[in-house]
Amino acid sequence: MDALQLRRQLIEYTAELFSEGFLDEQFTQLQQLQDENNPDFVVEVVSLFFQDSERLLNELAKSLSQQEIDFKKMDAHVHQLKGSSSSVGAHRVQRSCISFRDFCNAKNVEGCLECLQKMKHEYSLVKDKLETFFDLEQQLSTTGGSPPPP
Amino acid sequence: MECKCFDPQWPADELLMKTVAIVMTTAKVFTAAVSCITALMLVHIIPDLLSVKTRELFLKNKAAELDREMGLIRTQEETGRHVRMLTHEIRSTLDRHTILKTTLIELGRTLTLEECALWMPRRTGLELQLSYSLRQQNPVGYTVPIHLLVINQVFGTSRAVKISPNSPVARLRPLAGKYIPGEVVAIRVPLLHLSNFRINDWPELSTKRYALMVLMLPSDSASQWHVHELELIAVVANQVAVALSHAAILEESMRARDLLMEQNVALDLATREAETAIRARNDFLAVMNHEMRTPMHATIALSALLQETELTPEQRLMVETIMKSSNLLATLINDVLDLSRLEDGSLQLDIGSFNLRSVLNEVMCLIKPAASVKKLHVVLNLTEDLPEHAVGDEKRLMQIILNVVGNGVKFSMEGSILVIASVAKAEFLRDTRSPEFFTVRGDNDFYLRVQVKDSGSGISPQDIPKLFTKFAQNQSLTLKSTGGSGLGLAICKRFVNLMDGHIWIESEGQSAANRVQNSFPGLKVLLVDDNSVSRAVTRGLLLHLGCEVTTVSSREECLHVVSQDHRVVIMEVCVSGVDSYDIAVQIHGRFTKLHERPLIVALTRNTDKLTKENCMRVGMDGVIVKPVSIDKMRTVLSDLLEHRVLF
Repeated sequence: MDALQLRRQLIEYTAELFSEGFLDEQFTQLQQLQDENNPDFVVEVVSLFFQDSERLLNELAKSLSQQEIDFKKMDAHVHQLKGSSSSVGAHRVQRSCISFRDFCNAKNVEGCLECLQKMKHEYSLVKDKLETFFDLEQQLSTTGGSPPPP
Repeated sequence: MECKCFDPQWPADELLMKTVAIVMTTAKVFTAAVSCITALMLVHIIPDLLSVKTRELFLKNKAAELDREMGLIRTQEETGRHVRMLTHEIRSTLDRHTILKTTLIELGRTLTLEECALWMPRRTGLELQLSYSLRQQNPVGYTVPIHLLVINQVFGTSRAVKISPNSPVARLRPLAGKYIPGEVVAIRVPLLHLSNFRINDWPELSTKRYALMVLMLPSDSASQWHVHELELIAVVANQVAVALSHAAILEESMRARDLLMEQNVALDLATREAETAIRARNDFLAVMNHEMRTPMHATIALSALLQETELTPEQRLMVETIMKSSNLLATLINDVLDLSRLEDGSLQLDIGSFNLRSVLNEVMCLIKPAASVKKLHVVLNLTEDLPEHAVGDEKRLMQIILNVVGNGVKFSMEGSILVIASVAKAEFLRDTRSPEFFTVRGDNDFYLRVQVKDSGSGISPQDIPKLFTKFAQNQSLTLKSTGGSGLGLAICKRFVNLMDGHIWIESEGQSAANRVQNSFPGLKVLLVDDNSVSRAVTRGLLLHLGCEVTTVSSREECLHVVSQDHRVVIMEVCVSGVDSYDIAVQIHGRFTKLHERPLIVALTRNTDKLTKENCMRVGMDGVIVKPVSIDKMRTVLSDLLEHRVLF
């Protein structure tokens, strides 16, 4: 594929991510922060996000499997995850964190378990999408095309 | 002689004497008895007599006293009647002079005064001037300084004070030798100011200005001031004060009313002039409208017909140019007319229900031909929350979007145009940079957000303000293209404003890549955030703005690292926020001098007042609400550095 087509594909894909709610404005902000001093900013931040989220999701799973569930600790974890996801613009993940928090406050274990599954699902979805996105960007830059403006 | 009468035992004269003796004894006995009885009775009678006499005396006294009291009551009643009448007279008028004159006359009559006068303080407040007098019609020229002992005495009490007839205020006419002047009484009359009448406040007792009322009894009459008369004077003085202030208020309000009337007249005139001007302009436009369009349409129609005929290639080219120019001219005329109607507010939106999605799709259809000619790719993106139908001005909305997208196509050489239509979220609305943009939302209203992103050459920052100004052309743009009457975006802006919306452009300047904005070169910032991801993002934001950023992830680290070098400390404040508040307190404690202490800013998602208040309380200099855009951070930092405070 030539640069122009790749570019077009990237633009369409990005648009899709936005319209389906996977990403929001905040992601655009991240893209705007990428400059000559910081050429890999977005990738770096998103990688951090992946690491952090996986850790937090594991912690949540562990907490929920305990005999005595520490709701406070879970609340702290999900608060962190909510903060991270909103910082990168992972909109759907953020929304699922809010639902989880509600269940947690109500001390509804069933609800929490269900919600956790949903969160994991959303996370893996957005992870896939972002990885594809970065892939496309990578391809575009190797073919020498200029990246589209955020 | 013998007589059958019997021989009395006793002789006749003895019998007579005996009878007399018996009678006398009886009489004596009776007399004695009577005397005895009288004497006995006298013992009882005398105290009774005495008591009767005493009672008589007592009753007489009482009667005299009652008489006196009756006299007093009658006088008081009369006085009271006088006061009521006086008050009635005074209150029945709102004219200051009448009030005072009436007072003096009535007082003079009631109390049979020789002279009654009123001294008013002069504007300077240092002298009293004789303003009204009973006997003299137009008193002129008499003034006394206000700081005389006798005057101070009178002003110091609210009661009537007897003063010497020789004091300057009482000497109203030349003293002739043989007159013994009558007693003089003076009393203060408080002059209440408008400002004393505040709502829910009583007038202050310490009013600064008093007038002096002087009352003189007739000379050579030896009459004296009675207590009830002095009381009457005090009452009257108060009434006068109230009546005077009413009169003053009335004068004020009448003056204000006159002023208002003048202003109204002036405004009316201005309105009429403006209306005349507008009507003249509209007439002109209407005429021009018709006059200009007719030849225009003729040219266009005939050129079109000409194109249908047999033409040589050169002729065809010429006719095409004529068509193009005429069309441009027609558009320009329409635009000018539209704009002037927009500007004077006479243009009204045609509100109706329409299919939002189909409008957007139609715009795409219209623009695709032009785009594909330039090998540009146009993509339309409709978010899922966009409603199918909407109520608004369909035609003009399409005009606006078409115009903007058209500009995108016109000024892009290669690449693609992306149009995203969505429903604007609350955070977005709050964040828009324009101070004139107030969002007004009803329950059923929504803000349609249309983003048109192109990959054109960009617009330099100095040209941006001119974009939406009519007739202002950008030098660089005119070189490139043939389009652009210079009005299109101006009209778009007007239409958008009419719809209570906002339109703006964000351009990266001459290159497509993001530039580092060196807004705050070398500004040392300490960032405190325990969330690694959000910390990285904020750090990136600050680096992009040219700051030198140090990051820490905990309270301890922060306090360990913070120093005078750091100009700003930005800390993430979450719901509990206990740690962050404590950091602020600690920093205040450590850096007591204002210029040494770094500015402390909280970064939070919370928008509630409590968070803000807590931050203020612990001495933070500002609060930034997430999400933060580059522009927001830039604005915040520059405000902070300039004013040292954000609240």
